[in-house]
Amino acid sequence: MSTTDPPKKMTYRDAVREGIRSALQNDPRVFLMGEDVGHYGGCFAVSRGLLAEFGEERIRDTPLAESAFVGAGIGAALGGMRPIVEIMTCNFSLLALDQIMNTAASLLHMSGGQFNVPLVIRMATGGGKQLAAQHSHSLEGWYAHIPGLKVLTPATLEDGYGMLASALADPDPVLIFENQTLYIMEGELPANAGPVDISSAKVRCEGKDVTILTYGASLPKSLEAAAKLAEQGVHAEVVDLRVLRPLDDATIMRSVAKTHRVLIVDEGWRSGGISAEISARIQEKAFYELDRPVQRLCSAEVPMPYAKHLEQAALPQVESIIAAVQNLVRSHG
Amino acid sequence: MADFVMPSLGADMESATLVKWHVHPGDAVKRGQIIAEVDTDKGIIDVECFQSGIIEKLVIEPGAKIPVGALLAVIQGGEAPVAAVTPVPAPVTIAEVPHIHVSPLAKKIAAELGVDLNKLVGHGTGPGGLIDREDVEQAAKPVFSPKTRVRVSPLARRRAEELHVDVTHIQGSGPDGAIEAADIERAVAPHKPSDAMRRAIAAAMAKSKREIPHYYLQTHIDMSAMLAWLQAENQKRSIKDRLLPVVPLLKALAKALRDVPQLNGFWVDGQHRVSEAIHLGFAISMKGGGLVAPAIHDVDKKSCDELMGDLRDLIPRARSGRLRSSEMTDATITITSLGDLGVETVFGVIYPPQVAIVGLGKIMEQPWAKDGMLGVHPVMTASLAADHRATDGHLGAQFLEALNRHLQTPDQP
Repeated sequence: MSTTDPPKKMTYRDAVREGIRSALQNDPRVFLMGEDVGHYGGCFAVSRGLLAEFGEERIRDTPLAESAFVGAGIGAALGGMRPIVEIMTCNFSLLALDQIMNTAASLLHMSGGQFNVPLVIRMATGGGKQLAAQHSHSLEGWYAHIPGLKVLTPATLEDGYGMLASALADPDPVLIFENQTLYIMEGELPANAGPVDISSAKVRCEGKDVTILTYGASLPKSLEAAAKLAEQGVHAEVVDLRVLRPLDDATIMRSVAKTHRVLIVDEGWRSGGISAEISARIQEKAFYELDRPVQRLCSAEVPMPYAKHLEQAALPQVESIIAAVQNLVRSHG
Repeated sequence: MADFVMPSLGADMESATLVKWHVHPGDAVKRGQIIAEVDTDKGIIDVECFQSGIIEKLVIEPGAKIPVGALLAVIQGGEAPVAAVTPVPAPVTIAEVPHIHVSPLAKKIAAELGVDLNKLVGHGTGPGGLIDREDVEQAAKPVFSPKTRVRVSPLARRRAEELHVDVTHIQGSGPDGAIEAADIERAVAPHKPSDAMRRAIAAAMAKSKREIPHYYLQTHIDMSAMLAWLQAENQKRSIKDRLLPVVPLLKALAKALRDVPQLNGFWVDGQHRVSEAIHLGFAISMKGGGLVAPAIHDVDKKSCDELMGDLRDLIPRARSGRLRSSEMTDATITITSLGDLGVETVFGVIYPPQVAIVGLGKIMEQPWAKDGMLGVHPVMTASLAADHRATDGHLGAQFLEALNRHLQTPDQP
């Protein structure tokens, strides 16, 4: 691909698939493993066509046994391979939590630095597709609690494509959370797209009045809200966190110091969530920049409803983001 | 449907800041109802609306600075505009001097500690409500309550330190009155309200002296008849209903203006416009300097008691900077009295576009020759400064003569 080629129109799903394909092409140690990734083409059709292209050795269907195939991935990583393990949704990753936390995240430490685990686990996260309470939760904030892991939340085509290569290049376990409502998002992938940094947050929209800190599926909602707020003369700065562990404090604090008012939009639950962690860090590191208490907009604290109207009501939406920002900038004088 | 626009609240007002809406979209409003507060050079003014109807839309958000004539809100016309409804102000009881039941020791301690005993009336804990030593000492203690805690955002606190601002004297605009950074910035902004008022007075007075050819007349008026009448009137009234001398003076002025209406009105665009209504602008000096001259409406049609009620309502509101828009704009002539300070004669400067200002001096006992006899009478000097474009000295003299006549017969309607 030449850098002068025009950007390619595609979906987020295509971009993730292209990222996997590129990794498979560039490194013979890379393989993809998970439930229905081969013959079915992936539960969300991300790996469709890859089995025909790369064969059964590198696109491996697994039994419905998350603990077993994540453990196999850890073993392969320790053995010198670069496995990409797909877990259908993060809800099922709880079956593999012992492998992820007690083994993958801990081994480097427990072996006195002898055994690093270069494992990448991809999983779908989030609600909005009427898949009910066992398929729709956002657990990335939980995983961000665990030392030894990196937690990525790509919310753009470039990140969907480029974060995988950077994760594979990382010597330690990396979890990538792909929000399932983003797969159909359309956009353009630059012809020269490649690995992206997995250490920083990015300002997606500049503003001076209020900072919206968000990630994942709440990013496009926040950007839409910011555009509508701009028509009302309220200029929101939208920061895409991108990486939930380690958090990019510098970018967050820089934006707080600019706007002095913060709304955190998180599809996860509020209590003990990543939004709480970010809020705490802001008061630790930028207390004297705050002109209003930090506000949070999170999912309702319920198991995700199946009924569409209830599910939509449980999630942060453009309207609720706008209302929260308006409340944050309103003068009470 | 009618547009509700930023009214001009003075000859030199160009813009004002909308402070607060008192109504919401969908509310029914009556002509004369106070629907908003605006911050002008002359302080916070309550703005009345000019039409009855339903508020369809509030166009401007509080905090915005709006030029005169700009659209503030849209009112869906309900009933047609009705005659001006003058809001009846709640009568403010003049502080009565109650008999304070207080122990001598408590009185002494109160003086030492600077405790206002008036505030303890009804709160005495001694026999029969007696205010005793303990009550006074209790009152002198600083009260700590959560309400006294000043809520300041961390950023605002930092800015306040940087700018050496005392946050205890700042009005917060955040949730529950919390002080935010913008409140600190506003507090140190060079634009102080008193400066603004000074500038407004400067502009109006300079315009007056530049454009209006003033002529001046003065006369001495024997006030014995009026004071005798007042004394008799007040004997019929309880203390709180008693009239001040200014009330019959205002009545006499209104009667004289009915006789000589040419002095009551405006000079606009080279034309003399006489006003049917008699709204006396009553100059009130402000504690921090400056003055306002809010209108007392329809003085000729009001009884003395109504006028007294108006004054009780108006003066504290004017001093605290809370006048209504109609009071700021409606005056048809100005009355200025510096008699309280012992001034004998006031030579007024006309407030444009009005065409006259009446100055009242102190009522003083003076030797007074009458019917070939010399006696001592209470005498007041009344002066008139009038616009020579609109009227001539002959007419001015008729006015002062009429004022004198009405003051000699205060009981006549």
